[in-house]
Amino acid sequence: MQALVIVAHGSHLNPDSSAPTYDHADTIRDVGAFDEVKTGFWKEEPSLREVLRTVESDEVFVVPMFISEGYFTEQVIPRELRLDGWDVSQWESDGLSASHATLTASDTNQRVHYCGPVGTHESMTDVLVRRAESVTGDPNVGKGFGLAVVGHGTERNENSAKAIEYHAERIREMDRFDEVQALYMDEEPEVDDVTDCFESDDVVVVPLFIADGFHTQEDIPEDVGLTDDYREGYPVPAEVDGHRIWYAGAVGTEALMADVVLERAAEAGADVDDAVEIVRKRTRGTPAAGD
Amino acid sequence: MRAGQLDALVEAVEDGNGGDGDDDERGAGGVDFDGLRANRDGDGFRFRTPHTERTGLSEAEFREVAESNPWFVSNWYYWTREVGLGERGEQEAATRHHDGASARHTFLRWAENADDYGVPERYEALAEGVSREWGQLCVTATVADHGERRYHLRHVADADADLSSLDVYTDPLEARSIVTYDERGRYRPLKTAPTLRDGWAFTDLDGRSLVDTVDVVYPATIPNWYREREGRLDVSHWDETAERQTGIYDVVDELDEEAVEWIAESCCVDSQCLKRRMWDKDEESELDADRGDGVFPCREPCSLVVAAARKWTTLEREESRTYEFELTPSEKEQVEDIIDAVAEGRTDEIREADVYEGANRYRARFLRAKRFDDEGNLSGTPTDGE
Repeated sequence: MQALVIVAHGSHLNPDSSAPTYDHADTIRDVGAFDEVKTGFWKEEPSLREVLRTVESDEVFVVPMFISEGYFTEQVIPRELRLDGWDVSQWESDGLSASHATLTASDTNQRVHYCGPVGTHESMTDVLVRRAESVTGDPNVGKGFGLAVVGHGTERNENSAKAIEYHAERIREMDRFDEVQALYMDEEPEVDDVTDCFESDDVVVVPLFIADGFHTQEDIPEDVGLTDDYREGYPVPAEVDGHRIWYAGAVGTEALMADVVLERAAEAGADVDDAVEIVRKRTRGTPAAGD
Repeated sequence: MRAGQLDALVEAVEDGNGGDGDDDERGAGGVDFDGLRANRDGDGFRFRTPHTERTGLSEAEFREVAESNPWFVSNWYYWTREVGLGERGEQEAATRHHDGASARHTFLRWAENADDYGVPERYEALAEGVSREWGQLCVTATVADHGERRYHLRHVADADADLSSLDVYTDPLEARSIVTYDERGRYRPLKTAPTLRDGWAFTDLDGRSLVDTVDVVYPATIPNWYREREGRLDVSHWDETAERQTGIYDVVDELDEEAVEWIAESCCVDSQCLKRRMWDKDEESELDADRGDGVFPCREPCSLVVAAARKWTTLEREESRTYEFELTPSEKEQVEDIIDAVAEGRTDEIREADVYEGANRYRARFLRAKRFDDEGNLSGTPTDGE
């Protein structure tokens, strides 16, 4: 028996934080590639300390719903899951390339294939593009458009910006959008200056965040100038300094994200047959929530 | 009882294996489960229940006797073949740490009081429905034709409600929509808070779906309860949990024993959480606070408690100082009433016009109008005075 466990941050204050994790787990559960699909959270229940106890399978694939490698993926999750003998060097990662490591959870004796976070997976680039398609309602969006990938950014963890820049560069290489730019909330170039960073009239702004919450629903819309007060809402697209800003909200809510989770597990050795194909077809066919 | 169940029993006796179909070496042990014993030796088949004993049976005679004891056969079939594990469950529990399936098995047996009653008594009770409480959940087990159990789940407050008055669900994951918000629409960050809303029912669940649904409502409570029953509940006490914290929670190990006591007293009692607190300051220092009466144990301070403790750690760093306030005796009592009402979540219960209640809103507004200055300082005394 094999199980998939998606682990995420969750929140004591906002139920939207865990919503995308549940959604993607449901999508994967529906294709039946795993005997069990479970979710565990840092701030919700079941906690990371106890999620493996809710799993009956001996073989467990753990995929972190996090954007970048860092404190949570390297310290908190392995510690709380009690992954025996974990050392971050097992990932042999440059901060972007963590794939998986196989360990035993001392609490349950299960074999755990601990995967890198979804945010640094190469197929996350497709999700960002897909997000631009779904927010504009145009499957061919690109020509005449700029794309801004927005990250939190932090002085404390260089990997945080790496993931943003990595995907921005990959989208640039696709030669699909007229301009692609990585922007940050806490670093230069800042998301406040989005209109200065683009010449295109139309700019799609996609935050590389897992869930919609304080930052993506309140901070960024106000910083970008979509609205003075997030509570009043804003149109999509919104006119800002002569540009049309297509604000997409957190990329993690995009249905295609389920595909990234599944690919992470498949690369770690999960036997998922053609589930990746099915999930991709389903999640591409379905408009994202809120569209 | 179905013909297939009888065939399975004969096969299990022939294999000398009553449990799980695995070829472990049970030899002539045959079937031994819930009062049913069946095996085969040189004299033929033997069939035994607390009320029947037949030996030296041919296969045809064995089948006939088994058929006249259908409850024992279907009961054996349900527990060993449908729920799985059967007798091997207990062996597994003793030898292995990883025991999700055993926990499920044990929980389902708890649901029908299998430890306390024999098969006939249980079948009679299951025909009416056996109900047990799990936190604010009422779990009802019933038996269908051929011994399959079906389970129903609802809020204890709805135990006797007419099903037509409830929202009926069948998919365990639909329970997420029930547990996310309380009756007033507020987000419930703690799943075991006693604020589960009522008005719903899950009907006609099989064993696995029942466990899945309970796991959505009260995550991980079944495996921890099971470990406790097995005498293997691993408790992480406060000190150990606090020391494990890193990042912004690194500071919580600064709290002294008295503050840990206040945490348990304020957060971990039945009025706030239905888990029964098993953790203390450390293994030697028991906390005085009530542990609660919950059926399922709490094996370590949860993330909510750790997050709150972080705030209290910074607050506890402050030295107390002396302020001078002007209050009448009634006003002092009123301040105490207000704190008590907020702490107990009673503010909504205080009637609009009940100015005899210290925590009444008009009384509080009067106190504020009288005793606060324009900056909101009580008695005009600044917080950071000289």
